[in-house]
Amino acid sequence: MRFVGSGSHSAFPVYWQHHNLSTKPESAAEMIHSVFLINYTGDIFLEKHWKSVINRSVCDYFFEAKEKALEPENVPPILQTPHHYLINIYRGKLFFLAVIQTEVPPLFVIEFLHKVAETLQDYFGECSESVIKDNLVTVYEILEEMLDNGFPLATESNVLKEMIRPPTILRSVVNTLTGGSNLGDTLPTGQLSNIPWRRVGVKYTNNEAYFDVIEEIDAILDKSGSTVFAEIQGVIEACVRLTGMPDLTLSFMNPRLLDDVSFHPSVRFKRWESERVLSFIPPDGNFTLMTYHVSSQNLVAIPVYVKQNISFMETGPCGRLDITIGPKQTMGKTVEGLLVTIHMPKAVLNANLTATQGNYTYDLATKVLVWDVGKLNPQKLPNLRGSLSVQSGAPKPEENPSLNIDMKIQQLAISGLKVNRLDMYGEKYKPFKGVKYLTKAGKFQVRT
Amino acid sequence: MDARLLSFRSEAAVAVRSAAVSAEHLQLSLKAHLSQEERTLTLSANKSPADRNEDLKEMLESNKESQKLEAMKRVVGLIAKGKNASELFPAVVKNVASKNIELKKLVYVYLVRYAEEQQDLALLSISTFQRALKDPNQLIRASALRVLSSIRVSIIVPIVMLAIKEAAADLSPYVRKTSAHAIQKLYSLDPEQKEHLIQVIEKLLKDKSTLVAGSVVMAFEEVCPDRIDLIHKNYRKLCNLLVDVEEWGQVVIISMLTRYARTQFASPWREGAVFVENDDKTFYDSEPEGKKEEAEAKAYAMDPDHRLLLRNTKPLLQSRNTAVVMAVAQLYWHLAPKQEVSVVTKSLVRLLRSHREVQYVVLQNIATMSIQRKGMFEPFMKSFYVRSTDNTHIKTLKLEILTNLANEANISTILREFQTYVKSQDKAFAAATIQAIGRCATNISEVTDTCLNGLVLLLSNRDEGVVAESVVVIRKLLLTQPAQHGDIIKHMAKLFDKITVPMARASILWLMGEYCERVPKIAPDVLRKIAKSFTAEEDIVKLQAVNLAAKLYLTNSKQTKLLTQYILNLGKYDQNYDIRDRTRFIRQLIVPGDKSGALNKYARRILLAPKPAPVLQSAFKGTRRRRICAKSANCNNLRRLADRDRFQLGTLSHSLNSKAAGYQELSDWPAVAPDQSVRNVEVLEPVNEWAPPVGKAKPPKSDDKFYSDEDEQDEASESSSDDSGSSGSSGSSEASESASDKEDESSDESDKSSADSGKSSGESEKSSDGSERRKKSAAKKKTGKAQVEKCHAADSDSEQSGEQTSGSSTRSSSSESGSDSDELSAAKQQMNEVESKAKVQKTAEKEVSLLDLHDFFPAPANTSESSGLSSNLLADLEGLSLSAVSSSSTTTPVTSRSFVPVQSYDLLHHMSGKGLSAKYHFPRRPCLYGSGTVAVQVTLSNCCERPLEEIHVGERGPAGLQIHSFNTIERLDPEASVTVSMGIDFNDSTQAANFQLCTKEERFAVFIQPAVGELLTPCGLSETDFCKEQSQLRGMNETSATVAVATNDMSGQGVARRVLSVANVGAVASSESHLHRFAARTVSSGVLVLVLLDLKEEPGGGAKLTVNTEKSVMASMLLRDLKRALSQA
Repeated sequence: MRFVGSGSHSAFPVYWQHHNLSTKPESAAEMIHSVFLINYTGDIFLEKHWKSVINRSVCDYFFEAKEKALEPENVPPILQTPHHYLINIYRGKLFFLAVIQTEVPPLFVIEFLHKVAETLQDYFGECSESVIKDNLVTVYEILEEMLDNGFPLATESNVLKEMIRPPTILRSVVNTLTGGSNLGDTLPTGQLSNIPWRRVGVKYTNNEAYFDVIEEIDAILDKSGSTVFAEIQGVIEACVRLTGMPDLTLSFMNPRLLDDVSFHPSVRFKRWESERVLSFIPPDGNFTLMTYHVSSQNLVAIPVYVKQNISFMETGPCGRLDITIGPKQTMGKTVEGLLVTIHMPKAVLNANLTATQGNYTYDLATKVLVWDVGKLNPQKLPNLRGSLSVQSGAPKPEENPSLNIDMKIQQLAISGLKVNRLDMYGEKYKPFKGVKYLTKAGKFQVRT
Repeated sequence: MDARLLSFRSEAAVAVRSAAVSAEHLQLSLKAHLSQEERTLTLSANKSPADRNEDLKEMLESNKESQKLEAMKRVVGLIAKGKNASELFPAVVKNVASKNIELKKLVYVYLVRYAEEQQDLALLSISTFQRALKDPNQLIRASALRVLSSIRVSIIVPIVMLAIKEAAADLSPYVRKTSAHAIQKLYSLDPEQKEHLIQVIEKLLKDKSTLVAGSVVMAFEEVCPDRIDLIHKNYRKLCNLLVDVEEWGQVVIISMLTRYARTQFASPWREGAVFVENDDKTFYDSEPEGKKEEAEAKAYAMDPDHRLLLRNTKPLLQSRNTAVVMAVAQLYWHLAPKQEVSVVTKSLVRLLRSHREVQYVVLQNIATMSIQRKGMFEPFMKSFYVRSTDNTHIKTLKLEILTNLANEANISTILREFQTYVKSQDKAFAAATIQAIGRCATNISEVTDTCLNGLVLLLSNRDEGVVAESVVVIRKLLLTQPAQHGDIIKHMAKLFDKITVPMARASILWLMGEYCERVPKIAPDVLRKIAKSFTAEEDIVKLQAVNLAAKLYLTNSKQTKLLTQYILNLGKYDQNYDIRDRTRFIRQLIVPGDKSGALNKYARRILLAPKPAPVLQSAFKGTRRRRICAKSANCNNLRRLADRDRFQLGTLSHSLNSKAAGYQELSDWPAVAPDQSVRNVEVLEPVNEWAPPVGKAKPPKSDDKFYSDEDEQDEASESSSDDSGSSGSSGSSEASESASDKEDESSDESDKSSADSGKSSGESEKSSDGSERRKKSAAKKKTGKAQVEKCHAADSDSEQSGEQTSGSSTRSSSSESGSDSDELSAAKQQMNEVESKAKVQKTAEKEVSLLDLHDFFPAPANTSESSGLSSNLLADLEGLSLSAVSSSSTTTPVTSRSFVPVQSYDLLHHMSGKGLSAKYHFPRRPCLYGSGTVAVQVTLSNCCERPLEEIHVGERGPAGLQIHSFNTIERLDPEASVTVSMGIDFNDSTQAANFQLCTKEERFAVFIQPAVGELLTPCGLSETDFCKEQSQLRGMNETSATVAVATNDMSGQGVARRVLSVANVGAVASSESHLHRFAARTVSSGVLVLVLLDLKEEPGGGAKLTVNTEKSVMASMLLRDLKRALSQA
């Protein structure tokens, strides 16, 4: 109903506007017109316009939608207003809101906004309101460099960091004393070369290249413990600090496992296609080398099993909860960082439980039960049991809450993927190389 | 004593004074500091904004750099917070010429923001930018243009226009990129400039730099999206560049090319067309025989350019940037043959792992796709299972997709999944699930009953929303299932008391009315209940109440007459005019008696007419809207609105489901594809790969035109056919064809092709038969020697059949000399080269000397002769190279070599190679494998007693380096050796190319490491050009050193030889004897490298050596090498 209402309501102004535009070509605008940063409570604390200034009242449409959505995650990413389109992302309790005026691929804008968030994260270690407020001018300058006339200009953090140096404590002290700047005064060489992601003249005394193979298990288990859906998504995060222009080749023992991949732009796709090796000149510092999906033919090993029983009395204000977790297919490794999160039905007032291992918290406001188990001991299985008090008079909750499970297994890639070797060409020194494996639970959900 | 005391005292006094002074200073500075602190404190506390700005003004006008900077930071902070700082303009603009880069940048930021408001003052700053536009530093030029074009003051339009034009011709691709951005800005400032701007766009579209491509296409889309004709010539280049363009540019280029392709190519979706890939010969074969109708009916040959686009975009599906992946996906959706679209599925599903906003957009697109093409996403059904942590939009979209994917085979799985969703705590989602179940039930008749029963069970659900939704869906299902469902209707009647959701109540009433004859006892009772509560009902319920009353009156007037009249009376005085209208209408229709009873007798037929069953459709096809507007007159209109698939996928309009401003409809395929020759880069002879030239009368020949599917081939063949055209007579067609064939295969197998063509040349008829040529088996027993002999034979053959062109005479002479196996491959290569140069070299005897590996010393060259045509060829090839080549008209590549070093390097020692030894050297000639590759000649010798078989190149090292290997040498006899040539694209770096040299049994890892001087290719410059270029490469781009030149040979020639021994550069004629100039371009990216040796610098052997190039790393390496070479005695 609402859908229809808003649609037909907005159809008229849009057509009108379009007509208007066709007679006035100068209104055909750039891709991203303005960006607003808005905090959780709805304060605009930074605005940047790439052309004429758009009054911040345009955000009122967004606030209206935010109000309606209740949860910030439920705000529609794309909003239509009579004269503009608003595309927003929600990240780290902040909204990044882009104002656009004409047709543009929405993913283009979304991807760019995420890139902004990532860049800020990269610069300041975190992307939060307070950090941005502390570095307002730097953030503003970064935005200025990232977009020219609404079109992305320099988005590689290696290039940006050459133009606008990230703040460090030392530099800020020196700057205040000397009145120096944290702005690069040399050319960003990367931007101008054919390898835009790497700058020239990198020097390290310790040359090192570390690769973390991180796999996440996405799974849905049903009530009886059988797998409804499971898949493995992997990512290789790299931290490369190498002098000069190293050309790296990373090969796998079993590249056939990889089904669908996406790469950092530095990876030469042709070589991947022909030889299944990753060949690249790396950016300097941390970056995501590749993400992959393990082919679905392989059965996914589920490292833990969960025995659970959650029940609510038909009458009477209480319910019972009993959860036991045990190891299933862990390849002989220890499961660590086990954490169970349950979003309880609204009617559950409190939980009175005992945990044989770890401790639990129940947030009365958000109705989230978190059980922090820690390391999984196969000899003595962790158990959480007790009673739940339910608001009297409220009907029995329809659905039992599902359990979201978090865990980590060190030194294991659950798919069995193994890095074979890393070779370096183009430079003479011997780098220090390291590969680490880690398996994590991704969206691991047990239905009850 | 006194004197000493005195002096002490005075000293002390001085000390005290100085201490006092410094103390004072300290105090002062402290005070200043304090007051500043105070100021900030009080500022933020309670001073008015005007005061605050006064303070900033003061700081800006101070002469301390740090104060200014601090002030500017605060000003920019104000802007960032959205506060007004416009009145500071005069104070700020003064600082525009500051030396401090940070301050300058902040001022720029300020100017861009406020220049429009303070036009007069802004003009003060313009001259600074104009000066900066001429700065030797490309970054400063670029940023000056950026700011200048961002100042939206109409008076400066001509200045900006001029700046754009100049920047578009700048040597630095980065500046050119900025100029492309500036085009859009100027266009929005002054649309009058459109025509001029289009000229600039046209120019920039020809740019070969990957840096520029994305930005200029953006400008094109902005300024003149309808000038599709500008794209023709650049289409292939854009396709080939695409992979190396930065991510954002890729998105823009892909969407532009999508539009382009829809106007230029024939539809690959023709009904009933048998899809025939272009390498099939049937299509062309049938043409001359007049079977056109047959060809049309069964064969659709895809335009090779269309195929090129599809092939070159496919790797981008692996991009990390979701926008790029989506762009490729929509390209495939809108352009690819139906059976190929599914290659995008996996990548789209992958995007679902990304951020929720990305998921949202991608799911919307998948939803649209899955309506039309279930098969595409069915294997990935489970990826669309809903998680409890998904947010509402995502859940709904996933549900939508699951419903679209449902079919007989998977419906049970899906329904089981739906059962979980129905119980969700998110009631809106549960309701949506019920609708989805309803849709599945209507679409798949096998499960209708199951679904219906399930829904009936839901009627006893505790949640009202769920029940209401179930009622609505059941009503629809009952309509589609006119079978006996009396029980369900009765059940629903019982529920009428409990349900309060208006839509559900209305639905029950409607059902009662519709099937009142099936439940004759219950319906009047329901009417009684509604009559009681009529006034409290919602409008929609009231309308249905009136409806029910009317229907019951017609079927069962005895029991319901009074009730009906009561309801009609209530309706008559209702507040809502719709209800009053309806009541009046019904009353006239059904109550007999009054004079207006004309329709009365038809009342039953009108009200109780059998109703068509509603179609439950995807919301992405507009069910929701249609349900609501079912009674409205302009239903069609609205329905059209709701069809999301009328929008191009991936667009904003598609996401919003309404046309966004500036949306450009994707045109339908043209009925007949426009002339494809417009895309040929050279139009001398509109011949390309897939359309056999008219001149050729022999039909069997045409099929060798179809064998290759390399991307580059059409351009390569074009260029070669141009060359053959320029060589003149028709009699040379034989020769030119073999040349073009070699060109075709040059990217990977030119050696083989030339050898094979030699083999087949016995029968001159077949000399260019591609299929013949590819038979490798025949070659197996032949030694390299034999092959080359044949090869020469082939050429002399073709020469006999043709005429005596200069080129073929060269070759005939070379064939005579070609008996030494050492020379063989050199000869081969030479031939290829000669052919690719369109056979202009006339120096037959010299060619012989060139063939001799052991006598490589100065091969005299004729620059003027070779450059004309070969530059033509190179220009064509450059279109393929991915690097930024800024070829200015003043420089012509010098293809001749004045010096070739004899030095050869060990590639593989015969001890470690188990008898196989390999040496390599750099012949310093343009490589046949493409302009960006360095030619390397490898001499392989067999030093053991048994023959070596199948010598070839195996795995290759770092991927950036493209290695064009030689063809497998089938057999190398003991003591024999063979020279083969390879092409390696070192990317202008000295990193080694690693590869494996393999024999039948063994593989040896070897590497070729080039000296930096070998990565260059000489280029001819005049002295003035040299100086001009050099002056543009100052600053960062200049490296120099003082060299102690060994004194024994100071003559010009001696120096030149030394320089040439380490670097492949071309000497530039010099008017001064102490100055030696050399110019070259890097092989891979074509960046200019200038070497200047000034012997006069310091007497006594000291000389100044200067290298100017943008590649600073190369410069320093080159300098080092040159230094070493020059100082050697």
